[in-house]
Amino acid sequence: MSYIKPAFRHPDLPVNDLGYTKKNYEGAISTLCAGCGHDSISAAIVQAIFELSIAPHQVAKLSGIGCSSKTPTYFLGDSHGFNSVHGRMPSVATGANMANRDMIYVGVSGDGDTASIGMGQFTHAVRRNVNMMYVVENNGCYGLTKGQDSATSDVGSMSKKGEPNPFEAIDLVSVALQLGATFVARSFSGDKEQLIPLIKAAISHQGFAFIDIISPCVTFNNNPGSTKGYEYVRDHLAATGTVDFVPMKEELTTSYQSGTAEEVTLHDGSVVHLYKGDESLDIHNRRSALKLIKDYKAQDKILTGLLYMDADSQDLHETIGTSNKPLRSLTEQDLCPGNKVLQNINDSLR
Amino acid sequence: MKPTDIKDPEYFHKVVDCQYACPAHTPVPEYIRLIAMGRYSDAYMVNWESNVFPGVLGRTCDRPCEPACRRGRVEDEPVAICRLKRVAADNKDDTEISARMPDIPARKNGKKVALIGGGPASLTVARDLMPLGYSIDLYDDQPTGGGFMRSQIPSFRLPETVLNQEVNYILDMGVVTQFNTYVDSLQSILDKNYDAVFVGTGAPRGRDLDIPGRRQGEANIHIGIDWLSSVAFEHTEKIGKKVIVLGGGNTAMDCCRTSMRLGADSVSVIVRSPRAEMKASPWEIEDAEREGIPMFENHVPLEFVVKDDKLVAMKFDRVKAVYDDSGKRSLVSLGKEPVLIECDDVCIAIGQDNSFPWIERDLGLDFGKWDMPMVNSVTFQSTNPKVFFGGDAAFGPENIITAVAHGHQVAVSIDLFINGEDVNKRPAPGVTLVSQKMGIHEWSYDSDVVNDVRYAVPHAEVQLSLKDRLMEVELGFDQDTGFAEAQRCLNCDAQTLFVEAKCIECDACVDICPTDCITFTTNGTQDDLRTRLSAPANNLAQDLYLSNDSLPTGRVMIKDEDVCLHCGLCAERCPTAAWDMQKFLYHVTKAGQ
Repeated sequence: MSYIKPAFRHPDLPVNDLGYTKKNYEGAISTLCAGCGHDSISAAIVQAIFELSIAPHQVAKLSGIGCSSKTPTYFLGDSHGFNSVHGRMPSVATGANMANRDMIYVGVSGDGDTASIGMGQFTHAVRRNVNMMYVVENNGCYGLTKGQDSATSDVGSMSKKGEPNPFEAIDLVSVALQLGATFVARSFSGDKEQLIPLIKAAISHQGFAFIDIISPCVTFNNNPGSTKGYEYVRDHLAATGTVDFVPMKEELTTSYQSGTAEEVTLHDGSVVHLYKGDESLDIHNRRSALKLIKDYKAQDKILTGLLYMDADSQDLHETIGTSNKPLRSLTEQDLCPGNKVLQNINDSLR
Repeated sequence: MKPTDIKDPEYFHKVVDCQYACPAHTPVPEYIRLIAMGRYSDAYMVNWESNVFPGVLGRTCDRPCEPACRRGRVEDEPVAICRLKRVAADNKDDTEISARMPDIPARKNGKKVALIGGGPASLTVARDLMPLGYSIDLYDDQPTGGGFMRSQIPSFRLPETVLNQEVNYILDMGVVTQFNTYVDSLQSILDKNYDAVFVGTGAPRGRDLDIPGRRQGEANIHIGIDWLSSVAFEHTEKIGKKVIVLGGGNTAMDCCRTSMRLGADSVSVIVRSPRAEMKASPWEIEDAEREGIPMFENHVPLEFVVKDDKLVAMKFDRVKAVYDDSGKRSLVSLGKEPVLIECDDVCIAIGQDNSFPWIERDLGLDFGKWDMPMVNSVTFQSTNPKVFFGGDAAFGPENIITAVAHGHQVAVSIDLFINGEDVNKRPAPGVTLVSQKMGIHEWSYDSDVVNDVRYAVPHAEVQLSLKDRLMEVELGFDQDTGFAEAQRCLNCDAQTLFVEAKCIECDACVDICPTDCITFTTNGTQDDLRTRLSAPANNLAQDLYLSNDSLPTGRVMIKDEDVCLHCGLCAERCPTAAWDMQKFLYHVTKAGQ
């Protein structure tokens, strides 16, 4: 097993606004199987956060249990991290987010951790619109326990064992749309050109940003008959269009044909440009997205790309009117404002 | 861009930067690994086969390999390749080495070859031809073999024992030596009916400086290379208290350091050009400065000042270097008062030239520009098909390792020529490429890249070494430091091979590569591709390794060879073994192989 990564990097690596290179965003060397899609997702997260010039200490990585949930060790080695109980990452993330609204929350989960043991937790994080990016590294099997079919495995799909899966799959993207997620996308670990801008947009989105990333399990689910292997996914891939993420400070220099591009401005002023591949998609309309997902599925296609977003959504802090400062920054003066304030409150209740 | 043809041996040869840069193409990573394993005799023999004088070169080589070393592009300093070579030579088992010398056939093949000059080029020709049964006569005007290695390189840099041992490995093969014999006529040699004649007489004439006072001061003005030679053969044993050395090359460095050892109190090196343009190797300048020798730049000699028939000083004009648009330099006087520097002796070390007064001009051997013989740069044959040139005698002053490289090629030519074959049909290099895989994630070489910075070679105490001309200044690495320095080698000969048919395009190699060498993208022109890779690919001297376009997505794999660490992680992280680390061994084919 690979266990040593040389310390040397390319001498001409680009530097971001903070003066960091990509190396400052790396983590420990991966212990996953060689060729695992999850490692590509880790690399995409590293690249996206590097490009966004976010300081590593401003990020909290949260995960549950599983191959996917191991990956936060393999990126952002200088960020905060929390490995929760199986399927319980959403509640830990919610709590952390409530305590410190200034941090950036990256939740990493898998199909087992989200669609099976953590389904109840997942749904509530979605409906509360917790301000976080929630990534599912979806390989359709339980790789850590030798590749049993998972709840997202397509009916009829065969893993390495050779038995067709008899159960209907849970489509997490559709579930998220129905529960009111305010940013929904699907992608493929083998397509970083699509994935990196989506991660950048998801991190910049104010509210619950969900990305379902198909991530082949090379060891147990990359065989003929599987619908989540590299070859099958590449053959059946369709995209809503290409996505470009432009941070607030930059201007878009490329010009595109009018009518095909759609711009969505995020709360921080950055812009998501969607160059549509399918004219019938309205990314502000949940029903449009749900219909399109079904239509493509009927044609045996996997629809990827940005599916839905609501840039003006109200996140959990706004909904319940929490402190607008992180709790850790509240002083004794803030928390015990004194007798006079107490008197005023009491007076207001009389 | 077209897919890379990895079947062309030169492609992977170029990836082994050190070996490619070495004129003799010594397989450097191969012997460095052997040193790390403590197999010093094996490491020595790998060297000896290729460069013939590992002990000499491990101390004196111009090291073209080191500026080429990939490590120098990854961090600040290249691997100390030259001094590692010395570790092999210092620690070899002499008895074992003698036993491993090639067998010399008792029955000769009846062909006779004359070698004129006893330096590295001639000795290399002898080394390659003796095992094939040739009878060889070697002529030299010195009392013993080695040529400039003996007369020009002071003993404090190259002890005589080291030189003698390596010269004798060859002479002991049964070379018939005619020492103390100055050949004053090529005709007389040709008259002896040799089947081939090799001229390896070096560039024996030191340049003089014709300025006022030269003749009057004659007794105390020395031509650098002649003076060094006279010191080496102990005809000269002392020099004045104040010495000026003119010139900025390695000969100047040897002259000034030798002067310090022959009783000079103060020695100054004075150079016409700016210091940055001095030709001496940086480490030789450093060594001279460590001994307290100052260097003065931008001083052009005007005059030798002679008083009462004795040299007392030199006058210099101060100049500055001015460059025109094409970068051509001229030294422009500052118009200031000349500088007077007192001296008792002066060594002129401003270059050396070839000189062939002993070659008659009616032998069918044509001379061209600058009165140099016309020599084919591949076959080393002159226009007289029986006569071959090599070393400094062929194309002007170079260095030992170049002379050795010439010697090997000359031996090939002579062997072909005498056997009636076409000398232009050069033998192909010997190449092997073998997978290094031992387990799923294990390689037979140490793929871990250490972070150590270059180790410094220890030196003898300056005060002690200045007292003894024969005391070696550099002490060489001990075995432990040699091991640590050897570990800095990146094993560039463990090549990364890519097999398109096995690749599933999972990106694992792209993601793990520490130096972002690998990219999968759509094909384009080289200029275009270089802008689209995972990391900047601005080093145009380094190739891009391109797959064919048979990958499932129709993209191509592109690997920028520039800063690949050869750590093998791409191959370790590849689920289908589409990447494999294979050891590439390239050796220049020698005569008779």
